[in-house]
Amino acid sequence: MNTNKSKIFLSAVLAGLMFSCIGDLDVTPIDPNQVTAATVFNDPAAYKQALAKVYAGFAISGQQGPAGQPDISGVDEGFSCYSRSYWYLQELTTDEAVWTYDENQIFNLHYQNWTPSDLLINAMFSRITYVVVLANEYIRNTAGSSDAELMLFNKEARFLRALAYYHGLDLFGNMPFVTEADKPGAFLPQQVTRAELFAYIESELKDIQDELGEPKFEYGRADKAAASMLLAKLYLNAEVYLGAGNKKYTEAITELNKVTASSYSLSPKFLDNFVADNDKSSEIIFPINYDGEHTQAFAITQVMINGNAGNGGWSGLRATSGLSDKFTVPSDYRDTFAKEAAGQSREITAINQSKEGYGVYKFRKFKKDGSDGFTGDFPNTDFPLFRLADAYLMYAEAVNRGGAGGDLTTAANYVNALRTRSGEVALATITSAVLTGAAGLDFILDERARELYWEGHRRTDLIRFGKFTGSAYLWPWKGNTPDGTSTSEHLNLFPIPSNDLGANPNLDQNTGY
Amino acid sequence: MMKLYLLSKKVFILVFLFSGYIAMAQSNKVTGRVTSGDDGTTLPGVSILEKGTTNGTVTDSDGQFSINVRPDATLVFSFVGYTSQEVAVAGRSTIDLTLLNDITSLNEVLVVGYGEVQKKDATGAIVNISSKDFNKGVLTSPQDLMLGKIAGVAITSNSGAPGANSTIRIRGGSSLSASNDPLIVIDGFPVDNVPASGDGSIAGVPNALASINPNDIETFTVLKDASATAIYGSRASNGVIIITTKKGKEGKPKFSYNATVSISSPIKNMDVFSGDQYRALITELAQTGISGLNPAAVADLGTASTDWQKQIYRDAVSQDHNISAAGAFKNVPYRISYGYTDQEGIVKTTGFQRNSLNVNLNPSLLNDNLKLNISAKGSIMENNFGPDGVIGNAISMDPTRPVMDGNTEYGGYYTRLNGGGLVNNSSTGNPVAMINQTDNTSKAKRFVGNFQAEYKLPFLPELKLVANAGIDQTTSDGHNYAPLDAGFTANTTGVTQGRKNDYSAKNQSQLLDLYFNYVKEMGDHKIDFTGGYGWQYFYRENYSFNRNFDETIINSAARTNKSENYLVSFFGRLNYTFKGKYLLTATLRDDGSSRFAKENRWGLFPSAAFAWKLKEENFLAGIEVLSDLKLRVGYGVTGQQNISNNPYPYLPIYVQSTPTGEYQLGYNLDGTARFYTTLRPGPYDPSIRWESTSTLNAGIDFGLFNNKITGSIEVYQRKTNDLINTIPIPGGTNFSNFLTTNVGNLENKGIELQLNATPIDTEDLTWKIGFNLARNVNKLTKLLLVKDPAYTGINAGFISGGVGNYVQNQQVGYPINSFWVHQQVYDDSGKPIEDLYVDRSGNGGTVSGNNLNRYHNQKPAASILMGINSRVNFKKFDFSFSGRISLNNYVYNNNLSSRGYYANLYKLDFFSNVPTAINDTKFNSAQYTSDYYVTNASFFKMDNISAGYSFNRVFTDKLRARISLTVQNAFVITKYNGIDPEVDGGIDNNIYPRSRSFLMGVNFTF
Repeated sequence: MNTNKSKIFLSAVLAGLMFSCIGDLDVTPIDPNQVTAATVFNDPAAYKQALAKVYAGFAISGQQGPAGQPDISGVDEGFSCYSRSYWYLQELTTDEAVWTYDENQIFNLHYQNWTPSDLLINAMFSRITYVVVLANEYIRNTAGSSDAELMLFNKEARFLRALAYYHGLDLFGNMPFVTEADKPGAFLPQQVTRAELFAYIESELKDIQDELGEPKFEYGRADKAAASMLLAKLYLNAEVYLGAGNKKYTEAITELNKVTASSYSLSPKFLDNFVADNDKSSEIIFPINYDGEHTQAFAITQVMINGNAGNGGWSGLRATSGLSDKFTVPSDYRDTFAKEAAGQSREITAINQSKEGYGVYKFRKFKKDGSDGFTGDFPNTDFPLFRLADAYLMYAEAVNRGGAGGDLTTAANYVNALRTRSGEVALATITSAVLTGAAGLDFILDERARELYWEGHRRTDLIRFGKFTGSAYLWPWKGNTPDGTSTSEHLNLFPIPSNDLGANPNLDQNTGY
Repeated sequence: MMKLYLLSKKVFILVFLFSGYIAMAQSNKVTGRVTSGDDGTTLPGVSILEKGTTNGTVTDSDGQFSINVRPDATLVFSFVGYTSQEVAVAGRSTIDLTLLNDITSLNEVLVVGYGEVQKKDATGAIVNISSKDFNKGVLTSPQDLMLGKIAGVAITSNSGAPGANSTIRIRGGSSLSASNDPLIVIDGFPVDNVPASGDGSIAGVPNALASINPNDIETFTVLKDASATAIYGSRASNGVIIITTKKGKEGKPKFSYNATVSISSPIKNMDVFSGDQYRALITELAQTGISGLNPAAVADLGTASTDWQKQIYRDAVSQDHNISAAGAFKNVPYRISYGYTDQEGIVKTTGFQRNSLNVNLNPSLLNDNLKLNISAKGSIMENNFGPDGVIGNAISMDPTRPVMDGNTEYGGYYTRLNGGGLVNNSSTGNPVAMINQTDNTSKAKRFVGNFQAEYKLPFLPELKLVANAGIDQTTSDGHNYAPLDAGFTANTTGVTQGRKNDYSAKNQSQLLDLYFNYVKEMGDHKIDFTGGYGWQYFYRENYSFNRNFDETIINSAARTNKSENYLVSFFGRLNYTFKGKYLLTATLRDDGSSRFAKENRWGLFPSAAFAWKLKEENFLAGIEVLSDLKLRVGYGVTGQQNISNNPYPYLPIYVQSTPTGEYQLGYNLDGTARFYTTLRPGPYDPSIRWESTSTLNAGIDFGLFNNKITGSIEVYQRKTNDLINTIPIPGGTNFSNFLTTNVGNLENKGIELQLNATPIDTEDLTWKIGFNLARNVNKLTKLLLVKDPAYTGINAGFISGGVGNYVQNQQVGYPINSFWVHQQVYDDSGKPIEDLYVDRSGNGGTVSGNNLNRYHNQKPAASILMGINSRVNFKKFDFSFSGRISLNNYVYNNNLSSRGYYANLYKLDFFSNVPTAINDTKFNSAQYTSDYYVTNASFFKMDNISAGYSFNRVFTDKLRARISLTVQNAFVITKYNGIDPEVDGGIDNNIYPRSRSFLMGVNFTF
């Protein structure tokens, strides 16, 4: 009897032990830096932190600066930064820049010789879809809130999603399409056409435009002017995105007029936009923010500053003579080249020769007053994705191309404002006649190069002017010859990357690949 | 039944004693001592039987015996694990005898999961190796004790650094991105085989197994097939290695002391240019204007001649001391041992020190019904890693510069400056400065303790209840410092920063197993059933904080990460034996892992195996040549849940950014920028589940010529389904572009042969040979969710040189980590032509820029691995060697590809030395993806050669000794042109070279 009791007791203890142990299998994070999705927004402060992540999706590569907890993988974390891979695809494919080191199939960009498995193309595509997914999650989590601030956050997330999709539209054309209705999981997104994506981005931006913050309401955040800039870019390039004849220059001018009428104004000095304290520039409409202490990444301003040739860094980036030759006026204050005096030469006989091609000293780690911005390895310098000078030149182009709502006199005034900044030795002014006709377009394209080089606009500009592929414009090493050679028109779009094609059978490859 | 059994036992003892009395009455007395041929120690418990009678005795704790026999008698000496010997008394009154170990003994007991089995009754592919067969001279890395001894177990040390980890692969590994490490069980405690670095590693502990003193290890048992491993279910897909430490035996205390002193030196340095050769090279190339070299560059050359590799290497002296006491205190058998190891590395300042204490107590209580096993192992390990990257820097450093140039800013060490008079931060850091100015050390403590109680029910002795509880804890603290004036710590501006990186880690695992064992024999039937429950908890914590030396700049903010996971299991095993020759084993394990969502949490892993002892059939009884024959066939399913470092892969989790990963939105009221910690949702797969591997194994065990030749042949096929793999996922569907999920299939097929032979076995001379061979072929059979014939595969094998370059990939139809490269074109003289590759795709354009022109060219894993070892004992001399042959293991010579091109000579305004092999290619620019660098690195390695001499008497009979000389890593035969053909993962870059060591050892027992 007694032993039976003890046996029963023992069995009960054992059974209890086992079942309590099975309960052990239900775990939740114990890490102080982690919280489950189910509880994260119990803390209202989390909303702005999660929004900051959507913004940071364009800036840095992961949760640990400068590297360590990447958002995307399969490629070097630094190369894959949104701003950096975007810049590479927009600049290294053009006359504005080459990179010394043959890594990540990067020379294919110079040669316009890329393939769907090139890492940088995969990285850009993944960064775009990553920001879209981040924004979708955020839009879902803030949808229907009655809190005014949360609804503003929600609209900003929609802007950021539209911005990412715009890059997808511009670079890849036919993107896989997901919205906040698509929760993370194992499904295969449908591909939309370039035209469908255009319509979606346009409707999204129009829908949120008036609900975003007033211009300059908070540095770093998307405001009404940013939405207008993005819409204006969409419209200015509409003939590229939708086919010739789909002119939307009037719509572009409408949006640009909102920008020029806003509180953004030209900064007195050109370089104020590219220094460590460029957040104080009055001209930057939408920046991608960096900070030497708080926001570290091997991202584009870090690479332009440390990786540039002629200033003792990695000597990776140089300009081809296609760009440097556009500066015909010796006193042009926008000429920041590191030339022979810095050991560089004008011509590039081989891409991997770091001393060939001028260095570009446009982006700087120093402050406006010349003092050192930060003593570490990462600059404070923000990347100006949209700035007023761009709006001025876009205005001139839209007017030239027949858009209504603007005029050549205003266009010339805008161009001259750029050439005669108050803090600089003025360049010769132009007349409105210079901006007319085909010659006017050529002038505007060159002026865009002189003003906006290395700011990530060049490929889009060249395509819009019909000079990116084909033989209308050749620059050194285009098509993998020293003097440049004609390339195929299908290269105006990048291929859908092989990783995504392999993972999603709903995707069709772009024509020509 | 039970009473009958006890009774028969008593009768036997009586008869035994009685016959002893009879013997005493009729004969003279013979005394003597029995020692082990292995190490000269005395052997207690050796049974001595007068042949043809029941007269016998056993040796006492000093190995002494005394027996009365007829003067013309023949004595049979036998002991488990040793070859029996017959000795004619021939009138002698003293017979001292050395018993030789029997490598091929089939009577050994094999430790298997939750129990043990006699080797002859084993149904699975199980191999064990005990201390007498271990490789000699192993000081720090216990894995190396069995290096090359077991077919299908490949052990590759990650580098030659003291205390470095080894990668163990049993039958090639069954996973792709989940762990391929076998489960290691130490004295009944399953410990994780912690990787040296990366996911799941413990900071500052490169080799967790190095905490175990090799001298304390008694046996390794390797469970290779699923029928043997499935009892460990969830962690058994990559095989199981069971380590048993030495325990005390009843008898007088036995003390042992051994000491080893060794000298290690580098075998081979990379051939680079000397100062004069380098000056000549640059001067010559400047005339052709190659790669930016011109008269200005020539003028920039230094005048010194420094062999930088010579500067960082040394002859390293190491010592190792062990003292142990074993015996029984009253009724408590014990073994206590203390070990001290101080191993110097061949790179200056590097080293490993270990103090270890191991205590085993095995008391039996309650009339032997309650057996306790108390085991505690503690060790303190101190590592000095030396400066990171110094080996590569010593190869690259400009040979025309002096070590010291008298500067005052950089500690006097030559430092390359830029035009502005600051450090050229792209330049190669001065290796000697790195050696002398780096303080990169860690201290780790590990404790593994477990308590096992085995209770035989007095009223039902067939039933045993076992409880096993234990804890395994490792803590480490380390830092990597360099002073403010260290030239190699300059930032991009050229200002030196110094370095102050601190880290610490804590890993803990707790274990509770409860099981029972029931054995019953009924006539021809024998049943042995084990069933139970297991619970294990894992906790990991790590901390790191990186800043510059004066702590004014934070490079990586202080951060602590923690994670935990649990495993809960129910398991059972049935061994059924019919007529002692038909053996059936069936196991079933139900495993729950906290890494999976409730719906997918439990995995059921069954196995079954059948063995037939053919030799015991009548139709084979007459074949004398054949002394043993057993057929085995088994099938089982095992699981894998060890998925990267994410303990919650199924849960959506938000992670905060570190303080260096914040984002600015607006300004604070005081005008300063306002930064936000960001919150990132992480990728997750709600339906992630067990990876399962099914293994079919068939084997033959055989013995020939009275077991003078024994061996086994195994064939197996292993299919892994639901492979846990990190694959590209459709953009837009999750919070990353890659996701760890269940996709893909992997197949391994192989054959193994293990042979042991004793060609000579006489009283004075024995010669034993062991040989093993393994061939494993693996192939990915599925990789992605959808089939895309155009898909080129998942990139792998990232190399040094440039950023993001890789030379391997994973693709369906090919072995994992196959090299994926461009096909080099050669000129008539056989020299590779720069930038010229075969346009395999036919697409034209820049061939090297198009991945479609790449092709799969060989793989890093060897096609065939062989091990050969032999031992000769002649009187008191012993001699042994152990070597390995690896066939068709390919290595990508990254040291050459990342350095051997002219553009590398004078890049970014500093000179770099390059391998002299540059003369074979004369490449101007890097050709990373050329198949030229993929080379057949087949090799024969003589891992160790050892000779010893045993003294039976040193001053007194009580004290015995053995002295030995061992050469480790004696020689290598290979055509590979790099430093060492044995490269884990197949990409040879900048590893700490393995050294050749001469060891002198002495061992005393008393």
